Amino acid sequence: MAIDVALQLELEDLYSRYASLLDDGPLREWPDLFAEQCLYLVIPRDNYDRGLPLAIIRCESRGMLVDRVRATQETIMHEPRYLRHQITNVRVVSAAAGRVDATAHFSVIEVLPDELPRILSVGRYVDVIHRRSDGALEFSEKRCVYDSVLVPNTIVYPL
Amino acid sequence: MNNPSNLVWPEEGHTRVPYRIYSDPAIFEREMELIFRGAGWAYVGLEIEIPKPGDFKVTHIGNTSVVVTRDEHGEIRCFVNRCAHRGVKVCRHEFGNTRFFVCPYHQWSYDATGALRGVPFIKGVNQLGGMPEDFDRADYGLPRLVTCTRNGVIFASFDHGVPSLESYLGEVNTHYFDRVFDGRALSLLGYSRQLIPGNWKLMFENIKDPYHASLLHVFLVTFGLFRADQKSQVRMDPSGRHALLISQRGELKASAATRDIANLREDFVLQDKRLLDPVKEFPDDATVVMQTIWPNLIVQQQSNTLAMRQIQPRDPGCFELHWTFFGYSDDDEAMTKRRLRQANLMSSAGLVSGDDSEVIKLTQDGVRRHPDDAGVLLMGGRDTNDTPHMVTETALRAFYSHYRAVMGF
Repeated sequence: MAIDVALQLELEDLYSRYASLLDDGPLREWPDLFAEQCLYLVIPRDNYDRGLPLAIIRCESRGMLVDRVRATQETIMHEPRYLRHQITNVRVVSAAAGRVDATAHFSVIEVLPDELPRILSVGRYVDVIHRRSDGALEFSEKRCVYDSVLVPNTIVYPL
Repeated sequence: MNNPSNLVWPEEGHTRVPYRIYSDPAIFEREMELIFRGAGWAYVGLEIEIPKPGDFKVTHIGNTSVVVTRDEHGEIRCFVNRCAHRGVKVCRHEFGNTRFFVCPYHQWSYDATGALRGVPFIKGVNQLGGMPEDFDRADYGLPRLVTCTRNGVIFASFDHGVPSLESYLGEVNTHYFDRVFDGRALSLLGYSRQLIPGNWKLMFENIKDPYHASLLHVFLVTFGLFRADQKSQVRMDPSGRHALLISQRGELKASAATRDIANLREDFVLQDKRLLDPVKEFPDDATVVMQTIWPNLIVQQQSNTLAMRQIQPRDPGCFELHWTFFGYSDDDEAMTKRRLRQANLMSSAGLVSGDDSEVIKLTQDGVRRHPDDAGVLLMGGRDTNDTPHMVTETALRAFYSHYRAVMGF
């Protein structure tokens, strides 16, 4: 398949903005990268590979993403922390008629007070991306399939 | 009885918890021996995880790796995952189906009952070597545990004289166990796992402690899922080792019970209400029943999210928490979706359980530095009786009363 250079760069930019909003904020703008009717799952790889539906975060609309962000910021008691998403290996699986199926690898480094940085999660994104009427790309489905099934304590922020 | 670390329990008794028990390696080893390899039924899995002959799963009781199998006759078996020859972990996969478990080192092979079936070169090679004449494979099986099942749930014990599960649980805890496991076939929804940097007992304390639930869990309180003014009760078995927190969902408005919650979010309105659309599905009026079963299980029924939380201690300062989410095979698609959505509250990224993981870490960080100090359990009085409310630490006092008896403290 010939590489669509423009599309590849657009995707790289989309994933960069995704990482930037999660790591540097503002987190409340992160749901804007998703379609109003969307699916966002954080799912351990053993469930995904075995066809078991349980996800540790399941949002079935942009509204649920907004709710998740608000709960994270206002109701969950958690130690302050920084995250740093490394998103690599962005690959177009198929592209047609305004829909792109793409995958990417991620590793998320978490920094807690008084502790050295550690890898919170590693895995891959299995995504479906659509083009909005204004030309911008948005996620309509995002599955964060994480290999590191034993979660170090708890995942607070989205992967 | 040998008292590791010469622990002296504070004279106030079960209203105090000496911090040393959260971090002392000798006490931890004693717990593994007396509590996890002792007289009790430990949860090891659900029957739907190993439905066919030859199916197996690997899990832990305390810090001992065990294999749970279904043999060729359909019987559930359980044995220690450690080769009788040199101590190598025999089974390296978490789940699978096999006729024989073959040790990778010298290929000793065991069947689904843990019996030793094959030893390479047992008669030697070209008349050279081989095992001594008196070597009998029957002497080298994998240590077997006794197993029992109740309505699809599998328990195992190292104590072959352990009483029946029903008498172990007691009448009230058996009743509530059967409330969730009522004989209907279960459906497996999936797993979630965490490595929590705290002592394993802190997880039990957390689920036996309704006092914190209406204060720490802002999300639960904000949406009325668990509040101090709700109709509720704490019930235990006669020994105090098992407990039930039973509660009924209440109103969403502010009240005396929410006044003390510093950061209640009364203005928090969900954009997508499907996250919380619980429906009644059990015959009684309880909307939450959290059952703690000594020594390693929490049965969670919070609204429509059902899960087993299995506690697997690793060392004094750390345990794994394994969640197995399930529903019933007769659930319709809407109910399955509902269970999956509500799992957002309770998992290794839970909107509610995340508070607990964080608090357990902070507790461990506090207590490990001060082994000679003790925590205080006085909410609701000094007794270990059942209560018709949740403003109490009675189930923690009962737990430690039993713990002291088992450990000889």
